[in-house]
Amino acid sequence: MLFIGIALMMRVPAAHAQQQNAAGKKVYDKWCSGCHGDTGAGDGVASKVMLPHPRDFTKGVYKIRTTASGEIPTDANIHHIVEVGMPGTAMPEWKSRLTQQEIHDVVAYVKSFSQFFASTQAKDITIGKAPSSNIDDGRATFRKLECFKCHGQQGRGDGTSAPTLKDDYGAPIRAADLNESWKFRGGNTVEEIYARLRTGLDGTPMPSFSDAIENKLITEEQLWHVAQYVRSLAPADSPQVREVVRSALVTKLPTTPDDSGWNAVERFWVPLVGQIIAKPRWFAPTVDGIWVQSVHDGRRVAIKLSWDDPSKSPNPQWNEWLGRVSTAMSDADGPISTQQSFDRLVVEFPKAISDDAEHPYFLGGTSKKPAYAWRWTSEPDQVQEGDLAGLGHFTASSGTAQVTHAARYVDGQWQLVLSRALAVSDTTRAPRFAAGRAIPIGFFAADGSNGEDDVRGSVSTWYAIYLDVPTPTRVFVMPIATVLFTAGLGFLLVTRAQRRERWLDQSHLEGEEK
Amino acid sequence: MKRVMFFAAVLVAAASCGGKGSSSDQSASGAVSQAGGNAPAAASGPTGNAVVSGVINFNGTAPANPTIDMSQEAACKGKYTGAPHDPQYVVNGGKLGNVFVYVKSGLPAGAKYDPPSTDVEIDQQGCLYHPRVFGIMVGQKLLIKNGDPVLHNIKAVPAKNRGFNISQPSEGMKTERTFSTEEVMVPLQCNVHSWMSAHVGVLSHPFFAVSDSTGAFKISGLPPGTYTIEAWHEKLGTQQTTVTVGAGETKTADFTFGTKA
Repeated sequence: MLFIGIALMMRVPAAHAQQQNAAGKKVYDKWCSGCHGDTGAGDGVASKVMLPHPRDFTKGVYKIRTTASGEIPTDANIHHIVEVGMPGTAMPEWKSRLTQQEIHDVVAYVKSFSQFFASTQAKDITIGKAPSSNIDDGRATFRKLECFKCHGQQGRGDGTSAPTLKDDYGAPIRAADLNESWKFRGGNTVEEIYARLRTGLDGTPMPSFSDAIENKLITEEQLWHVAQYVRSLAPADSPQVREVVRSALVTKLPTTPDDSGWNAVERFWVPLVGQIIAKPRWFAPTVDGIWVQSVHDGRRVAIKLSWDDPSKSPNPQWNEWLGRVSTAMSDADGPISTQQSFDRLVVEFPKAISDDAEHPYFLGGTSKKPAYAWRWTSEPDQVQEGDLAGLGHFTASSGTAQVTHAARYVDGQWQLVLSRALAVSDTTRAPRFAAGRAIPIGFFAADGSNGEDDVRGSVSTWYAIYLDVPTPTRVFVMPIATVLFTAGLGFLLVTRAQRRERWLDQSHLEGEEK
Repeated sequence: MKRVMFFAAVLVAAASCGGKGSSSDQSASGAVSQAGGNAPAAASGPTGNAVVSGVINFNGTAPANPTIDMSQEAACKGKYTGAPHDPQYVVNGGKLGNVFVYVKSGLPAGAKYDPPSTDVEIDQQGCLYHPRVFGIMVGQKLLIKNGDPVLHNIKAVPAKNRGFNISQPSEGMKTERTFSTEEVMVPLQCNVHSWMSAHVGVLSHPFFAVSDSTGAFKISGLPPGTYTIEAWHEKLGTQQTTVTVGAGETKTADFTFGTKA
């Protein structure tokens, strides 16, 4: 308790600090100042379009540490983050660009922005070793500690307090989506998660749970179990991006999101990024990826899209969130709406699918070469199909939509099933989908509670969906027929040869006798 | 080696603090405060028996305190009969409570005061902080209690001090923290309940008080001198006045806050 007060009297020797700072400054000015600012105040030219905002080094407050809540990080803590970056943020890894010496120097320089490094000493907490896994106890402890208040019942960052969360800069901050552990700022091993539970993420709403152990409310072992449970919510391996989504042939198409038929269908992860090309650009999107599943029955194709979005928009509880977003984000590209909109998801295809045709422009096509699109909205819950002549320029086709849908929102996740016949009556309006040929497909998603609309949102590049070719009957018959035919032919040849041999023998004998 | 010395320093300091704290008497600061308030300090610096007291007036009509939607927290909501309000303005008969009043300057240069051994307590009760405005001395222990059967995190967001962010997931949890340097005020907040707000004034001397519900405050135990007294309110900002007190004198320093016309 007295550490801080006492530490003020302690002065860490500043020998050769100046020299290090000169080298560190060189690295910093070149690579770091664009975001973190010349004076380390987190106010670089790029900072206004970033959420979370770049770290303000003058405050000496760091998220990822192995020191207690409120304490400065160790040199190793800062060094590590510079090396590996912070997943899910604009902070990249630097170990492939900077030498160890350069990182060492820049760490010293970054520390010099805050007086706290001269007046206090960083001290690692004891992390220890993970006990054997106990997911059930982890889940129970997660509930006991009320982690769901922010992180949500299924850990998708949709807890009741989530819309009100702000960081030390007053900027809106998401409760981490625990189902996407590859975006954990400080890494996603059980050890790293446990360290975050013990230290908290300073500058954010995430508190330290060390005092809950000191108060004997929980044991260290139980907090380890929480870390194990949290890790279990995401896939063991971070999803690999595959460009082709396989649509298997089934006899019965699942039509609703909760149809158990989807359980056996392979999931493909399609990452989405902020739409930062067409204006208004958007650097802080909610949706960062979609799980895509698809099946077809030879006549219709069904696509299930599942994406995490902590708000079912519009929702008055998220007004506060949107207010913070519109304040924190630059409106250089035009005002950010302070009125919540609905959520939307757009699926785009080329208007005609052929192997040699060029795809439409991935941002929803152009006026010259529009894309064919399905546009789903959460309110009203409907899907339209039509032409997309660039983002924000959707024209619904007249007549009945051929695409059908079913959507549901569960625990911070949208699940949307879209289905359409492979054949179409009018191929100028919509493309025919054929099995055995890659169908280009792209996605755009928007969260109406996050100031997003038909242009501000997140996009994918072109992916493809491949419908398995139904196996024709001849595939099974032909091998057997071939075997039989060959066998028959062989039999014939052999018998004929044998007969001829016999005949020759006989003639020979007959000849000799003559 | 450095670490060993560091621990040694901590031990020595801890021992000396405890010793001095218990030997203090009640005279150093007789602050009137709404709840909790500052405890008497072990006054190693110059003290006296001069008093600065006064009343915080409030001109005009106080803005309505916002209603808090506690529907998500039945256990907290159940502690109120009506709709709970966030008491940003404590106004009674034209007097303003929850104003932090302190000696901003005027104490002899280099005067040092040791913190008392008694804790300052803050409780989380009905999803509000009690007290909402209070003072503490540098190095004095802040005892944070959770009186609610719900999860609170208590987060200090200072500018000059180190902050902290502690989870208190259960009723009866207790945590102690200290501040290392003067800062008026350090905001305290709960991220689970975004309406929860408290402010603590951290000073290196014991001459501070918080106006009570009648707007009254009293700073006693002052050595003779000329002081700049500042009054701080969470919504209405700060005001200053200068007071000169002789030995044993009591001087009045009233302040008047008001809503902007």
